[in-house]
Amino acid sequence: MTSKIMPLAEAVGRFVKDGHTIAMEGFTHLIPFAAGHEVIRQARRELTLVRMTPDIIYDQLIGMGCAKSLVFSWGGNPGVGSIHRFRDAIENGWPRPLAIQEHSHADMAGRYQAGASGLPFSVLRGYVGSDLPKHNPNIRSITCPFTGERLAATPAINPDVTVIHAQKADREGNVLIIGIVGVQKEAVLAAKAAIVTVEEIVDRLEAPMNSCVLPHWVLAAVCEVPYGAHPSYAHGYYGRDNAFCKAWDPISRDRDTFLAWMKEHVLGTKDHAGFLKSAGITPIGRDAIHG
Amino acid sequence: MADANYTSTEIMTIEAARRLKNGTVCFVGIGMPSAAANLARLTHAPEVVLIYESGTIGAKPRVLPLSIGDGELAEYADTVVSVPEIFRYWLQGGRVDVGFLGAAQVDRFGNINTTVVGNDYAKPKVRLPGAGGAPEIASNAKETWIIIKQSKRTFVPKLDFLTSVGHLDGGDSRARSGARGAGPTAVITDLGVLAPDPVSRELTLVAIHPGITVEQAVASTGWDLKVAATLARTAPPTASELETLRDLHARTAKAHGTLAME
Repeated sequence: MTSKIMPLAEAVGRFVKDGHTIAMEGFTHLIPFAAGHEVIRQARRELTLVRMTPDIIYDQLIGMGCAKSLVFSWGGNPGVGSIHRFRDAIENGWPRPLAIQEHSHADMAGRYQAGASGLPFSVLRGYVGSDLPKHNPNIRSITCPFTGERLAATPAINPDVTVIHAQKADREGNVLIIGIVGVQKEAVLAAKAAIVTVEEIVDRLEAPMNSCVLPHWVLAAVCEVPYGAHPSYAHGYYGRDNAFCKAWDPISRDRDTFLAWMKEHVLGTKDHAGFLKSAGITPIGRDAIHG
Repeated sequence: MADANYTSTEIMTIEAARRLKNGTVCFVGIGMPSAAANLARLTHAPEVVLIYESGTIGAKPRVLPLSIGDGELAEYADTVVSVPEIFRYWLQGGRVDVGFLGAAQVDRFGNINTTVVGNDYAKPKVRLPGAGGAPEIASNAKETWIIIKQSKRTFVPKLDFLTSVGHLDGGDSRARSGARGAGPTAVITDLGVLAPDPVSRELTLVAIHPGITVEQAVASTGWDLKVAATLARTAPPTASELETLRDLHARTAKAHGTLAME
């Protein structure tokens, strides 16, 4: 059997193609920043980006012109405010117009579940009274065949590629996720191919019973990328870099400042270790947050 | 309130916290709802069950979370479940007593906008973050509370976008819409408290904070604000409430570096 363990650049090169629907998940925890940067380095274009909570990494992908459309349920820089490249794309069409398909969290989670389950659609008791269905033709309704109740229905999400970050994998490529697991299992199982970056590859996972484990045979690639979730956090490894999240606001507010920053630190480096060094980032240890 | 020894944000947070009863299951939004809910937990309601949409149930953060998925929430929770599970089993399953939300705009029926400012969705004046979990929180919790600073900018006669349902068009329109729960039962602001009229469901000023006048509340509302016949006066913060809230904010600022919670 061919090993699933490979460098991140190889995984992105092999599996992420122009025009693909790409989901990068991680609910404010374990956000796959290093993988997002690699997609930017490899200059993928015409992507449909899917993510419940587009934040800084999608701001960067959108601002660098990788995306033609965005499927999401909440877009912002948590605790800081707006994401300016996302807003500039929607409000002014820069660097290119961005088509949006907007949902609620409950619905996005359900759409991934339907995708993972091989079902065509998801059903939920949602959007009652909301204007969202008027602006998103994918939000429709269905009548329950048993009770007659009208419920919201939306199509399954089946990304070409889902990308997530996790704490660790073993040498076979089995992955363990600890802490806030978000929608990652569903997003991985819904995808045609899944790339997982991990903090470390270990001899034995030592996963507690019932923990969130993704077996190697549902994954396309597993890549060891320490600090690959920075500036988000990896529970048990390092804390959220709130100073970076705040610093992102002025960097991203101005188009030229943004482009210069991305050219220097992302396009100008060959991998994540190079990026961290170039941007002068020292991830914050666990004790700084939980000590 | 020039002579008061507390801010308008503090009295708003404290008055909201007072309403949360011990043992209540509360689905908490980030920011001001989270500050008020945790103040309640640290004062009169130690057994309040706080649920955040990141999947943390029974969260007991020592400092306020900056994001809805901070490690602090997971570390001290009773359990951490997936995001699909939190919305399906716990919210749509009818296990939430109070959905506690913030908003960018509210209208006279307590409907919420967090999507866009400006009346063209395709070309908004300001693109706001969007719905998050709110549409289903607002339509599945047994009741909802909204905490928001009151001004003509936030209390608007007509929402630019209805993101999450309140009392819809008033009267029995919410009940007929299929939404579950009682909808918004309280809107807590920096000026006072509003509650829906039992029949028309229009938000009515029922209490004002110390030092605030009815005229101020009326002038800070974008519609012709109805005022209850008997208007309550919010009790000023106790020394203990203020100290607990300020300690919480101080611990939070220290833990998060320079980022403020407001």
